[in-house]
Amino acid sequence: MLKTFNKGGIHPAENKITAGKPISTLPVPPIAIIPVLQHIGTPANPLVKKGDKVKTGQMIASGEGFIAANIHSSVTGTVTRVDKLTDASGYKRTAIEIETSSDEWMNDIDLNPGLVTDVSLSIPEIMVRTWDQGIVGMGGATFPTHVKMVFPRGIKAECLIINGAECEPYVTADHRLMLEKGEEIMIGISIVKSAIGIEKAIIGIENNKPDGIENLQRISSRFPGITVQGLKVKYPQGSEKHLIKSLTGRAVPSGGLPIDVGIVVFNIGTMFAVYEAVQKNKPLIERTVTVTGKSLKNPSNFRVRIGTPVSELIKAAGGLPDHASKIIAGGPMMGKALNTLDVPVTKGMSGLLVLDDIESKRKPVQNCIRCTRCVTVCPMGIEPYLIMSMVEKEKCEFLDDCHINDCMECGSCSYICPANRPLLDYIRLGKARLKKRKQQK
Amino acid sequence: MITVSPAPHDHSNVSVSKLMFGVIIALIPTFIVSVIFFGVGVLIITLISMLSCVAFEYLIQRFILKKEPSISDGSAMVTGLLLALCLPANIPVWLVILGSLVAIGVAKMSFGGLGNNPFNPALVGRVFLFVSFPVQMSTYPEPLQNWFTYTDATTGATPLGLMKEGIKNGDSIPDLMNNIPSYIDLFIGKMGGSAGEIAAFALIIGLIYLLARKIITFHIPVSIILTVTIFTGILWWSDPTKYANPLFHLLTGGLLLGAIFMATDYVTSPMTIAGMWIYGIGIGIITILIRIFGAYPEGVQFAILIMNAFVPLINKYIKPARFGERPENE
Repeated sequence: MLKTFNKGGIHPAENKITAGKPISTLPVPPIAIIPVLQHIGTPANPLVKKGDKVKTGQMIASGEGFIAANIHSSVTGTVTRVDKLTDASGYKRTAIEIETSSDEWMNDIDLNPGLVTDVSLSIPEIMVRTWDQGIVGMGGATFPTHVKMVFPRGIKAECLIINGAECEPYVTADHRLMLEKGEEIMIGISIVKSAIGIEKAIIGIENNKPDGIENLQRISSRFPGITVQGLKVKYPQGSEKHLIKSLTGRAVPSGGLPIDVGIVVFNIGTMFAVYEAVQKNKPLIERTVTVTGKSLKNPSNFRVRIGTPVSELIKAAGGLPDHASKIIAGGPMMGKALNTLDVPVTKGMSGLLVLDDIESKRKPVQNCIRCTRCVTVCPMGIEPYLIMSMVEKEKCEFLDDCHINDCMECGSCSYICPANRPLLDYIRLGKARLKKRKQQK
Repeated sequence: MITVSPAPHDHSNVSVSKLMFGVIIALIPTFIVSVIFFGVGVLIITLISMLSCVAFEYLIQRFILKKEPSISDGSAMVTGLLLALCLPANIPVWLVILGSLVAIGVAKMSFGGLGNNPFNPALVGRVFLFVSFPVQMSTYPEPLQNWFTYTDATTGATPLGLMKEGIKNGDSIPDLMNNIPSYIDLFIGKMGGSAGEIAAFALIIGLIYLLARKIITFHIPVSIILTVTIFTGILWWSDPTKYANPLFHLLTGGLLLGAIFMATDYVTSPMTIAGMWIYGIGIGIITILIRIFGAYPEGVQFAILIMNAFVPLINKYIKPARFGERPENE
């Protein structure tokens, strides 16, 4: 039985063209640009300066505060600058640029390719490892993992949910991990389960990855307490709240967190990172990125060092096609369009999508015909058309009543609108105006 | 050159014009049946109505509002087609043009064009003609006798008109039913009436097409039809000599045309499922109140316009259920 959520949702063209492409490792880039803010929270504090020599896996920026993460060098070489550089968000932010000389790893990292099944570390040691190695959520939101593993006093989680939905069209990074790193993922889940004291874990996977479901189901028989559940293919199935709703029937209250309903959610890619951090003592300096697009010569799944410039990935996938017009970090629904190919791969970048000029053009905006489609597809049950007209008419005082901040910006409304109205753009604008208004008060 | 825009970067292939042309396709069976029963008159009024609606929209946008005309979205064509299909096939050309002007000029463009009109434009056009030219609007050509006649067609009454007249004279329903076409005739459309309202089966084919293409949802037509069935069913059960049965009410007048094509107009119907039920139930009740207790034999047109007026209120108070509004933990 496939599970899903009941409210809203869309089914965009899946375009998982790289689903059959095994993960290949990309060579170490000639330069690496490593932003100190690759996660939600406070930026890490740079520990190196221009001219310093660094090794692969060496910590180069330390997390400050609780919601923060350490940053490690992904290459061996010399720091050429610590400066404000453009990242995938389009803003200039502090980053460390390293010119690569060789690839010499830190001594304490286990580079043996063999599987380490037995967990030798104690629970506090596991916690320290996830902090030390800079583990953050790999699904895109990049919330520091150690934060989710600690609960406020008196609150207990009942169930661990592993997000393998990968509902973004085109992206297949998690899919390939399920197929190629199934054991490692399962060990990672077991580690997290024991660390936070939860018996039960459910892995939710959209049904367009039957081989992934099958592989993990087969392996899960050796891991008590972990079950695999197929999910109906529906966007945004991978939204944390909707995944919880689908798998447990519980609804995270508006403005609340999964822990409010006794659930903790991690991405499946994060579990692999936890495995590497805990079992191999390896910091988060590599990730899987799907480089894809209908016009690309060689769309692929790459294992790349964090900090590799996006241009290197495009080159490895056959170069930028003639009619390429939009380069997106992430998938087509929630990804960010890049304004330059010099930005680096960061911890949360699961895909790189190249669209041609026809695909990237927005169609002319027409009047709202009140067809109800945006309301019907909204997975949060709000009214995008109403919010857009409130923002257009600058009636920001009503935006709270429209529950604008319930919007998780999945883009289903803009996707479905037959009048091509940029509903989500206006919702974002409305959120910003509302925030400003509240600050002024 | 690199394009930069906010997400999402993908769009469904649904568009306003595709939806509008979908409605036109759904009306083709009705149109064909209408031509078979009423002949050349249907062709004339449909052509004139569609042309004049598109022309008025173009002229008003171009010369009065001074903006880029948007006739390619197909909405004026839908209005024109619907207006023609709810007029008698023998109505003079100048009345069709006047009706189009009221539909497009008054009911649609004066409110700001597509999407901003509170009332269904085609119905406003029809009701304007109905109250201003009651004679021309209540003489209906006889079916199968007027293939080559237009304004000089032989005319007769509609089943609902016969019913209203008979009840006024004190006749009982079973007697009256003898003068009314059989249910088979009502189903295939062999009766007097507006051009597009007669053929129940063709309208139902249109409904199936609209539902299959996901152009509309079932809520509005089904709520109207269910309400009419239940309401007339209760009355009929209470006194079958005084009230006609539900099947008669469903198959006559503009009920199906209204429920399937007029009430479901996106712009003038509610935004939520619960709102659609309220709207549909309201239309059903008002229709039957007018048909049975009111002065006019038919009430669908007024029922829809009255409920159109309630739509902003419905949208204000009937909100979709939000995700996580109430903690629903098991």
